[in-house]
Amino acid sequence: MSAGTEKIAVTVTDIVKVNDLVTRFKFEPTKGGLLPTFSGGAHTVVEMKDGNITRLNPYSLMSDPWDQSAYTISVRRDDEGRGGSLFMHNSVKVGDQMVVSNPVNLFSLDLRAKKHLMLAGGIGITPFLAQIKQLDRARGNWELHYACRNEALGSYVDYLTSTHPNDVNVYYDDEKQSIDLENLLDGQPLGTHIYVCGPKGMIDWVRGKAAELGWPREAVHYEEFLAPQSGKPFEVKLAVSNKVIQVGEHESLLEAIERAGVDAPYLCRGGACGQCETDVISYDGKFLHRDHWLEDNEHASGKKIMPCVSRFEGKTLVLDR
Amino acid sequence: MIMQFNEETFREDYTFHNSDWAINRFPFPFHEDSYMYAVNMEQHRGGPEGSIYEKRFDVDEHYVAEMKDRAMVLSDDPLRCQSLPHMTLAGWDLLELIMVSKSEDYPDLFELHRNGDKWHWINKPLGIEDHFTFLDETTLPYGPMEYITRQTQGDFCVLDQRDDNLWMDAGIVTTQADWSLDFDIGMNFFEWHAPVPLAHEKGIFVRALKFLLNIQQGAPARRLNWTMTVNPLLDTSPENYHKWGVQKTEITPENIGRKQYLRVELQTFFRLPRSNGLVFPIRCYLIAFEDLVKIPKWGRRLHRVIRDLPVELATYKGFIDNRPMMLDYLSEFDDGEPTSDGIWPDRHLE
Repeated sequence: MSAGTEKIAVTVTDIVKVNDLVTRFKFEPTKGGLLPTFSGGAHTVVEMKDGNITRLNPYSLMSDPWDQSAYTISVRRDDEGRGGSLFMHNSVKVGDQMVVSNPVNLFSLDLRAKKHLMLAGGIGITPFLAQIKQLDRARGNWELHYACRNEALGSYVDYLTSTHPNDVNVYYDDEKQSIDLENLLDGQPLGTHIYVCGPKGMIDWVRGKAAELGWPREAVHYEEFLAPQSGKPFEVKLAVSNKVIQVGEHESLLEAIERAGVDAPYLCRGGACGQCETDVISYDGKFLHRDHWLEDNEHASGKKIMPCVSRFEGKTLVLDR
Repeated sequence: MIMQFNEETFREDYTFHNSDWAINRFPFPFHEDSYMYAVNMEQHRGGPEGSIYEKRFDVDEHYVAEMKDRAMVLSDDPLRCQSLPHMTLAGWDLLELIMVSKSEDYPDLFELHRNGDKWHWINKPLGIEDHFTFLDETTLPYGPMEYITRQTQGDFCVLDQRDDNLWMDAGIVTTQADWSLDFDIGMNFFEWHAPVPLAHEKGIFVRALKFLLNIQQGAPARRLNWTMTVNPLLDTSPENYHKWGVQKTEITPENIGRKQYLRVELQTFFRLPRSNGLVFPIRCYLIAFEDLVKIPKWGRRLHRVIRDLPVELATYKGFIDNRPMMLDYLSEFDDGEPTSDGIWPDRHLE
């Protein structure tokens, strides 16, 4: 099995500041020709050459999935983060050549649904923009409820409300507006599927309420990419490749493994897909598990780690990689 | 090369035959002198020139005859082709994948001209030329999956991916090794594999599913599978078992070389981009024992594999009763010499 996904060389052809926090980037294939089509909800992993660090961050594709001329993504600036979004905002210029992955979809529409009920929070709007384009072409039945901080930070609110005035409902936190979730879920026709993308609190709230109201688990879809968090540096021994590596403060364990030239599988780089799951051979210390792939008992077992988002503190950690 | 298509049948008078070219490129499935289930996946990105691995969808001398046989099976039993309502988009994905692949890989045989959603498809071997609107079913004589798979060798399972599982929600199945789409339609990966012995205990299906769920766009995979068939029958279906099952009793020491066939499936896996489904083509290749043993390495090895195969597998694959006769025949071609690693012949037929 090859590590990661197929790569595509692209050129940045447009950069648009959407509001104070969000900037949109357009990528076209450097060699000309067409980009692969994709399905609404897919993401691409963008490679960033930030000095001597290579960052690989996943971003939802927001453009029309059928449009093979370009991909667009929107990046929210995270001033507290490890620097990927800051690199995109501050360093990337029109004309730059970059590398993105083939599209990967971990937040796919269930095409059996009689109705698609979409719940977005903040920058979580982006996968829905592509899904809406896909559904409109197939004359699908959908409804969007979109919560954002205020009008000034409501990315794509104007576009959505002007093109789909009857299907889009917007809520501004600063104006104390919020989704009346219980009533909303209660009034849905049979065969409705729920999709939620946004902050962790919102996802937990929607999943919890849907479960409480008896919605089938299979009808509730969510996507939450975690950004890897900074932490204390630590040392790891890679048993298969016979290397000892240092994981820096602002670096993920997966990034450190890659920096050492070891081919490790990944897809989402956000603790969701399970692809980078790695066996622990031995350890003396404590794991800082941050993924939502492994079960609680697996977290407690000390036998598995998801190196894309999880860290370690202690004396020794030996991985089967 | 200019491809010649055989005039041949897969039923009644069984005039199916392999040329030396087809024998040399036969996908012999055993890379060593024994066999057990494994997650034997590799990337499907070409292979040796002229081999069945070279193109995304292999076209060979049996193409035209196989498509005629498929049309006959479908005419007798339309339920061999089914697509649940949510799978139409995946059908278009498959049509696009095959038309683009075949027109690029075999430009002398197939042409695709696209102008936006106005498509023009030419299939020279079958004499088909159609203009249609992509994503508009009303402009094709069949649904998109059925249209293109009536023109493509091999069975096709079009799988929906949801709830961390794969679902047999569409397909066309007329060249199968004794399984039924009509029975399996709507089942998930574990349900449709339930009858397979030994592999569940080995955890094969859990690992295989995990691999398949992660197959990405632009990174198809493949594996070989195999069984035994008496007579060159493509349609060994449960629906028609009353017709072909009895033929297993017609094998004699005199006719086994020409009537007993090794049946090999080239199974490939492609992510479908627009639907996020997965397509699982299962391409069947047949070779008579008497042709197979013309490659000395294959004759030696097949004898050893069949001799040492666990009883459960010989039973599941349906040849436990004929195994002694097979071994009598094959032992004549096993001189006890060592065999080389891998599936390829040590030397080809000239």
